[in-house]
Order: sequence, then structure tokens, then C-alpha cells
Amino acid sequence: MSALLLSACGSGDGGTGTGSPSSGGTLTFAVGSDAGCVDPQQVGSNDTIYSTRQLVDSLTDQDPATGKIVPWLAESWTVSKDATAFTFKLRPGVTFSDGTPLTAQVVKENFDAVPKLGIRALLAKSYLAGYAGTTVVDDHTAKVTFKQPNAQFLQASSTFSLGIESSATVRKTPEERCTKGVSGSGPFTLSSYVPNQSIALARRTGYAWGSSLFKKKGEAYLDKLVFKIVSESGVRTGSLQSGQLDAIGSVGLADEAALKGAGVRLQARANPGVVFGLGFNESRPLFQDEKVRQAISLAIDRAQIAGTVFPSGTKPATSVLSHTTPSYTDLSSRLALDKARAGSLLDEAGWKPGPDGIRSKNGAKLSFTITWAPVAATNQPSLELIQQQLKAVGVDVTLKLIQVAQFQVIQQKSDFDALWGNITRADPDILRTSYSTALANIYRLPPSELDKLLDRQVAATDPAERAKLVGQAQQWIVEHAVVAPVVELQTELGVAKKVHDLTFDASSRIQLHDTWIG
Amino acid sequence: MRRYVIRRVAQAAGVLWTAYTVAFLVLDYLPGDPVSAMAGQGLDQTSSDPAQIAQLKHEYGFDKPVLVQYAEYLGRAVRGDFGDSVATGRPVTSTLADALPATLQLTTAGLFLAILVGGGLAVLATYTSMRWLRQLLLSLPPLGVSVPTFWVGLMLVELFSFRAHLFPAFGNDGLRGLVLPAIALAIPSGALISQVLAKSLLNTLNEPYVQTARAKGAGRARVHLRHALRNASLPTLTIIGVLAGQLMANSVVIETVFSRNGLGRVTAGAVGSQDIPVVQGVVVFGSFVFVLVNLVIDLVYPLIDPRIVVAGRPA
Repeated sequence: MSALLLSACGSGDGGTGTGSPSSGGTLTFAVGSDAGCVDPQQVGSNDTIYSTRQLVDSLTDQDPATGKIVPWLAESWTVSKDATAFTFKLRPGVTFSDGTPLTAQVVKENFDAVPKLGIRALLAKSYLAGYAGTTVVDDHTAKVTFKQPNAQFLQASSTFSLGIESSATVRKTPEERCTKGVSGSGPFTLSSYVPNQSIALARRTGYAWGSSLFKKKGEAYLDKLVFKIVSESGVRTGSLQSGQLDAIGSVGLADEAALKGAGVRLQARANPGVVFGLGFNESRPLFQDEKVRQAISLAIDRAQIAGTVFPSGTKPATSVLSHTTPSYTDLSSRLALDKARAGSLLDEAGWKPGPDGIRSKNGAKLSFTITWAPVAATNQPSLELIQQQLKAVGVDVTLKLIQVAQFQVIQQKSDFDALWGNITRADPDILRTSYSTALANIYRLPPSELDKLLDRQVAATDPAERAKLVGQAQQWIVEHAVVAPVVELQTELGVAKKVHDLTFDASSRIQLHDTWIG
Repeated sequence: MRRYVIRRVAQAAGVLWTAYTVAFLVLDYLPGDPVSAMAGQGLDQTSSDPAQIAQLKHEYGFDKPVLVQYAEYLGRAVRGDFGDSVATGRPVTSTLADALPATLQLTTAGLFLAILVGGGLAVLATYTSMRWLRQLLLSLPPLGVSVPTFWVGLMLVELFSFRAHLFPAFGNDGLRGLVLPAIALAIPSGALISQVLAKSLLNTLNEPYVQTARAKGAGRARVHLRHALRNASLPTLTIIGVLAGQLMANSVVIETVFSRNGLGRVTAGAVGSQDIPVVQGVVVFGSFVFVLVNLVIDLVYPLIDPRIVVAGRPA
């Protein structure tokens, strides 16, 4: 259906060019947390990725405007017909910050070492699932092969998780890489890391192999990047307002007014991947009835939730994927609020309104539990609104708060009615990871047409063909109400006016090579 | 005296073991484990391949029976080895050792300010003959004890950093960065010192020996500072043990508000990610400090006031 329906988000263009770019200066950026590790292959938390991403280059890069994979360390590549072999032709003349050159052998060593990394490297490990090995074809040609078709690997090769590190770094223990840092070929090098305090980076002199997306050729503009860890959001906001900082991450709705008043630029971009929504457990008798799932989805007023709970500019869900995900398909007509239809679907399913307004069938009340973890400040108010909205059509919702650590356990045991969550990933294969019955199958879906669509897209090497299959999968998921998509998660930064060209990458994280102060 | 010391040391060891065991049981009771906690970060289900997670749990030994895990941890802990942090892979001992100086600096500065201001307040309140001033000064400590440390910290930042631009709002850098957090930390402790000292000063001032000193013609200030304060300080000494605990607990909050690295910050992070080895290390270290402070006080007390041991049980 729709091929690449991607738009660069309105306010996400990152700085208007007043004056001309100049080199030099220090950017001080505050994030809320420290993952305790400065190896980009081993961290998954946004706050730490902002800094560690600048240390490494990836084989490829992904255009945030089109979702297209473009050259970076690899000048070109080929993908085998069955999407099991990826051959990268490396750019010559690239060196790591320890002075050693980039070769096909180093790429092999990087990927071979990933399975040995610890629990922190779950992202890198999942990208290399089914990894068969890497062959050094020649000094500058590496062929990565998989046991099964793995179309998502090309996008994965553009991520920080598979950023390439020097041979000496890869031979270190995961712990050493975490605490002492890594040698990458990136535009910045690590100058100091104080846990829970700061991560300081310095410009790499002689850098000449930037991504084809970088505006500036050669070295970065900024001399230094200092990432301060400031856990209190009020302190982050106040410090940016009072000029103690140049930029901050994780801006929430509550901070917006203060920042706007202080002449700070707010930059936002929707995270690609699966939007925030309710995933139904289909092993529960209630949710085996498609009409009930559809009714719930139709009774949710997405615009109200996006408008009252989330930072301004947040979009209500228009598909199971957010609009910044490659191969996103607009299904907004199917996700519009329709209480009347929700009511008649529930009537058809045999759930009749009772005297207290809650529907019942054979003496049982129409009620279910939404399980959620307090990872974002927006979760509770969103769910309380959903609770009210569903009550209006006669559905009784209980909210069950759990800790993040419980999430895995609950998913594995399928011990929930409905789960509230989202997943950030700039590749539509996230649909297979989430909904294929051949994998974890968290939602206990029965095998269906959807499995075939998901398996075919991961084996499709023609982008147009893959986009078509991904579109069909989204349609299937929304039509059968496998999940009730609700709202897109948006990453919002506060940036001082003097900072220019601080831009989002395709995964809604930041790119600082082109950033300048003036 | 010797039997007394041995008994106290044995009690101290018992407290440490109990704290360790309780911390272990609490962490074990919590659903999930460090591997699940890390995998659940940001609810990123991309990373939730159950086979992979099971394998990792096995590698870290979280699939062993609880008693076996407990025995293993305890066995190593007795030898001073608290293992490695699950979140960073660094040894727990060096993680704590790195964070300790910053916390020590903060708590020392906080305690110093608390004694200075809290003590000064109590002396002034009991010394003044102006009734309204005394009432005003005596009403401050209950206020200081009851305002949340968190709120105090944020107010200080708002006023002295964001508005007046006098001190940095966050970080460990230098003496200027220490001022606001130390003040915030000193408020509840200073209030406690002030309350206890003021009360015992007022009691002491009514004692017969003070009347005698006055009758002998000693000046008012001399009686107040030389005679009464010295005796009134003893009850204040006993609450230093309580203060040590209070300072450590409040430093978790203060270090978070002011984004200072330190034990409090390490603790908050470790609890969040269920980093069991680090939490265990912190608990044992915290109880060790608490036990040590109380032990020292108990041993010093009879030296200052010999009647206490003569009377049998030390306070």
C-alpha cells in the first residue's frame, strides 16, 4: 500500500541558521541518568546513548526523513536474495582513536564478540539473532551471514548497538569496556567518565569519514561535549533557564511553559517503533472475542490523551507503528473514536449494560486489568483517562502497577490481561519481534495470516516489496485489534538558542557532529 | 570493662548479620531479578528473548535456590568480597570506595553545620531573657525536623542558584558546589541537635549546682557556657548515633536533588535496577558505620561520666 510515508517532524529540524557555523566551544548537555557503562554496544538507555553514540561510527546510517539506509563506514553493500548474507565494502583510510585501521577483520571481531557481552547488550544481541558468522572476503570486504532471513539487520547495522570498535577494545572484558571506555572511529573521543556525574568527550582531530548524512565534512565543530547527569527534572529545567546548561533531555509537559518563557527552543520527534498502547492477552477468554478488543479500541479517545497528558505536539496513534517508522501506514480512519459502534459491538458480543452502568454477561462483569510500570510520568495519567473513557461504554478497568523488573516475568508467564507499553526501534521488524507466534509470543496470539506476513517481510530484500508486506501486517494487527494503539511517544529536548544544528537521528536520538554554538 | 567490650562487639556483629540477611530477604521477596530489571529498561521488548534471559540468569546464578545464593553471598561477604555489580560489572568494594569520599565530605560538612547552627540556636534560645525571642527560636527546630529534605533542597536551588546565581545547582565540583547540599542536609540534623540540647540546657539550668554557682557569684554567661552547657551536652552525644543514620538516609535524597555522586546516589540506582551485590554492600557498610558510631559512643560515655558503668548497664 504505502511505501515510505515518513515526514521529518515539524519542530525537529534542529536550529535555524543565524550566522555562519564556526568551530570551537563546549556543549553542556544534561541527562537524567547514568547507565554505569560507556560502551555503546552495551547500553540501551537513551540518556547514555546521547553521549556514547558520538564515540563510534556504524557501518551504515539511516536517513531520519526517509528511513533509507545510507553509507557511513561502509561505502556500499549487497544483500543476498534470501536476506541471509550482507556484504559490506568498507571505506579505506578509517582509523580508530587508538590509531589502528578499520579492516574487515575488525568488523568480524566486533560481531563475533557480541554474544559474549553481558545482560547490558541485549539490543546488540537481538539484532544479531541467528548470526552464523562473518567472513573476511578481503581487507575491506566483510560478509555477515545468518542462519535465517534477517532483513532487519541492514537497519541494525546503522545503530549505536552495532557501532564498530577497535580490535584492542573488543578483546577487553565487557566490564573494562564499560568503565574505561572504548576506542571507536567516531567524531569524538572519551576524555573522562565519572559515574553518576559526567561524561566528557573531546573532538577527534583528523576525523574524515563522517556519515553521508552529516552536513559538515571532516571534523566536528565543537571542541568538547560535556554530559552532566542531573536526575531531578526541575533542576535540569532551572539550570537550562538560568544558563548553567546548553541543552537538556527528557522534557515533559510540566517543564514546557517555563522553558518557552526563558527563550529555550523545544525540539521534538516521535520515537519510531511500536506506539504506546494496550496489548491484549489472547489466552484470556474475554480477549479471545475480537469484538470486545475492537470495542475497547474504538472507545479510546486518543486525541484527548495525547493532548492532555503528553508534551505538546505529541500525536495520537494512527497505526500500531509511529509515523516516524519506515513503512508506517496511516490507519487513522480505523482508530477514530466511535463510542456508538463500540457499544453495539459489545451488545453483539452479548455484554449487556447492567444497573451500575458496567456491562455483564451470564452474571460476569465486563472488567479487566491493565498492567503497567512507572517508567514514564505520562503512564499513570494516560491510563486513568483510558479507565474513564472505557467506563463510559460500560467496561470496568483496574490498573495494576508493577515494577520494571517484574515486566519481564509477567510477559514470560503471560500473567496479565492487558499490558501498557511501547518499543523504540527504527525498523518495522519490531512487529515480528512483538507479534510473531514463532518468537516469545507475549500476547499468546493464535497462529494466523499475520505470521506469514511477518515472516515474509523479514525475508524480503526488495524495499518496495517489504514495505507492502509491513503495511499489510499493520492493517491486519489494527483490523483484528491485536493491540489498541493509543499514542506516539515523543522525545523532547530543550536547547538554548545559541546552539545550532543539534539534530535527531532516525531513532530519535541525537547527532552532534554538525552541532555548533554561535 | 573487658567483658563489656566483648559483648558490645558481639552485638555489633549480630546487627551486621541481621541487616545483611534482612536486605537479602527483602531483595529476594521483590519480584524479578537484576537480569529482568535490565532487560525491562524502557520496556524494550526487542530484548526479551526468554531463552537469552534464562541463559543470562543462569550465568549470574539467579536460577539457584535461594538458600544456596544466600550462603554463597554470605560466605564471600564474610571474607570482605561483595562480588561485582550486575549493572556495571565493577567490584562492589571499589564502587563504594569511589563514592565514599563525596558522601563523607557532604555528611561531615552537614554535621559540622548542624552542630554549629543547631547548638548555637539552643544556647541562644536558653540564654536570652527576651521571652518572644526565646519562643521564636524554640519554634524553629520542630519546623526544621518536619519540612521534607527534598523540598528544602529544591528551594535552596531555586533561590541561590537559579535566581541569585551564587552556587551551582548540581555536581560535585569544589567547595561552592558543597554549600547548598550541606545546608539542606544540616537542617533536619541541626534541628534535632537543637531540640535535644535546648531541652537538656533548660533542665540543667534548674539543677541545684547551677543555683549554687550563681550564688557564688559566677556571671550569667559563665554559668551558662561553662557549667550548664558541659553537662547538657551529654544527652546530645547519645543522639549522634541517631544522627549518623539520619545523615546517611538524607544523603540519598540530597545527592539525588543536587546530582552529586556518592553512596546515596549509588544506593538509589542499585535499588532501582535490583543490583543485589551493590545493595548488599551498601547495607553492610551502612550498618557498619551505624554500629561503629554507637559502639564508640557506648565506650566513650563511661569515660566521660563514670557513674554510668558503676550504675551497671551503660546507656
